[in-house]
Amino acid sequence: MKGLFLSHLRMSHFRSHRRAELFCDGRPVALYGSNGAGKTNILEAVSLFSPGRGMRRASAEEMARRPESLGWKLVGAIEHGADRHEAEIWSENGAARQLKLNDKAATQLALGQIARVLWLVPSMDRLWIEGAEGRRRFLDRMVMSFFPAHAEASLIYEKAMRERNRLLKDQKRDAYWYGALEAQMAQAGAQIMEHRRLALALVSAAQREAETAFPVADLELVESEPIEAEGLAQAFADSRGRDLMAGRTLIGPHRTDLEGVYAAKSVPAKDCSTGEQKALLISLILANARALAQDFGAPPILLLDEVSAHLDANRRAALYDEVCALGAQAWMTGTGPELFEEFKERAQYFEVSEEVGISRVEERFLG
Amino acid sequence: MSSTRDIDKLIEMMARLPGLGPRSARRAVLQMIRKRGQLLAPLADQMAKVAASARECLNCGNIGTEDVCDICRSEKRATGEICVVQDVSDLWAMERGGAFSGRYHVLGGTLSALDDIGPEDIRIPQLVARINNEGVTEIILALNATVDGQTTAHYIADQLEGRVRITSLAQGVPIGGELDYLDDGTISAALKARRSI
Repeated sequence: MKGLFLSHLRMSHFRSHRRAELFCDGRPVALYGSNGAGKTNILEAVSLFSPGRGMRRASAEEMARRPESLGWKLVGAIEHGADRHEAEIWSENGAARQLKLNDKAATQLALGQIARVLWLVPSMDRLWIEGAEGRRRFLDRMVMSFFPAHAEASLIYEKAMRERNRLLKDQKRDAYWYGALEAQMAQAGAQIMEHRRLALALVSAAQREAETAFPVADLELVESEPIEAEGLAQAFADSRGRDLMAGRTLIGPHRTDLEGVYAAKSVPAKDCSTGEQKALLISLILANARALAQDFGAPPILLLDEVSAHLDANRRAALYDEVCALGAQAWMTGTGPELFEEFKERAQYFEVSEEVGISRVEERFLG
Repeated sequence: MSSTRDIDKLIEMMARLPGLGPRSARRAVLQMIRKRGQLLAPLADQMAKVAASARECLNCGNIGTEDVCDICRSEKRATGEICVVQDVSDLWAMERGGAFSGRYHVLGGTLSALDDIGPEDIRIPQLVARINNEGVTEIILALNATVDGQTTAHYIADQLEGRVRITSLAQGVPIGGELDYLDDGTISAALKARRSI
């Protein structure tokens, strides 16, 4: 079963890759090679085929190959059933990223309608114990996979909040101005909160309904504000005094937190072992993918960076079986091919190596 | 090069205009020089005249050649309706349509705390003053559907609440437009503003 997948990827002067090309057939992609070979750079390239700043949240300038710093270009073919879309993403001399879809200039939002990409990277290992911002970002990426309009609502909310924060910082007291900004924040904020609730319900249901080797995480949003626009606008108005003292907006969906509990043990995710925390994250990513497969008609492209190294052989085999059953094109990295041997012929293998600062990618037939 | 310095300078200045680039500026200048009598000299005369006389209307912010523009002077346009727009180009767009018979108020920008543009910078106090002086019955907000445009619209609506009828332009399917080409937000706005036929 083939769903949504990248059938072709060409990287030019992107990170450590001067020129590399991969042709894929929709099976999971196993990238192996030593540390620093450029495997994660390939995952980052794939992550740019979805709206946002990619999985490293890097600027366009940072993605250019050094020392040349000429700018970079990615070309990819996104396949979904009978549809095929050619996407070109590039940046010249550190300028903002540009995008063409099927030879026409396009917006990031248009890309979001075509491709859904989810990722799990080692920096997320501390997701449950670090600040709320990382969890919120993780949550919003899940939400965006179901509701691409979530990105637009977030942009409107953030823009209006930046304006409001400036008024607060400058100690401005114009109630009409605050009211005008708060009306927009409330409208976009209510939309954001609604999307989050719906997405969480979908993911939770997908976790409960599946037979999986990974633990179920009970998820809850930690927020105290009203969820409808009118109530939220009133809450912003009521909070002006406190916000003026703090010089920033202290309430709203930008302060929401996501709490996870290891359901079988009733233990908060932050108190679980490192391995359990990782397993909970994998469980959520897989549940997100399953729910999306029903909602969108295809599972998303998954980027699982160094995920195999943290799992024992049984869990690894279970993960690979679930990915294959889902029909998802999962791009996975590891230091050696033995980490992927449970896949056998169900995956495509690419060896990534590095010589004199230039990464090389070669397909290997290991199955 | 010194013999063409003035021409180069003219090309460079033309290329700075909106809608023109270096290539189109060169073509325009070349054409004007070839038709010096019919194009270049009259254009230079006209530009000198406009440079001497163009000014903002003291009442509405429109651009004209007198202190008060034709629209504000016309008694026929005193319908009690004022259409609030961001820029003069928006006013001209409305006038091209010919559907509006009232007067205008050009803000000259939108509220932006980040750019330090406040209500006094965009002629909002003048708008409030006009409500009393001109017997205004309706304010039509024709502002862009951006965050800044809508913030400004909300601000004006809140300021004038209860004093005058406030409306805004509808958002939805453009005339001759196809649904398939519309973004989700526009379709959703059009659906919300649906009406019986």
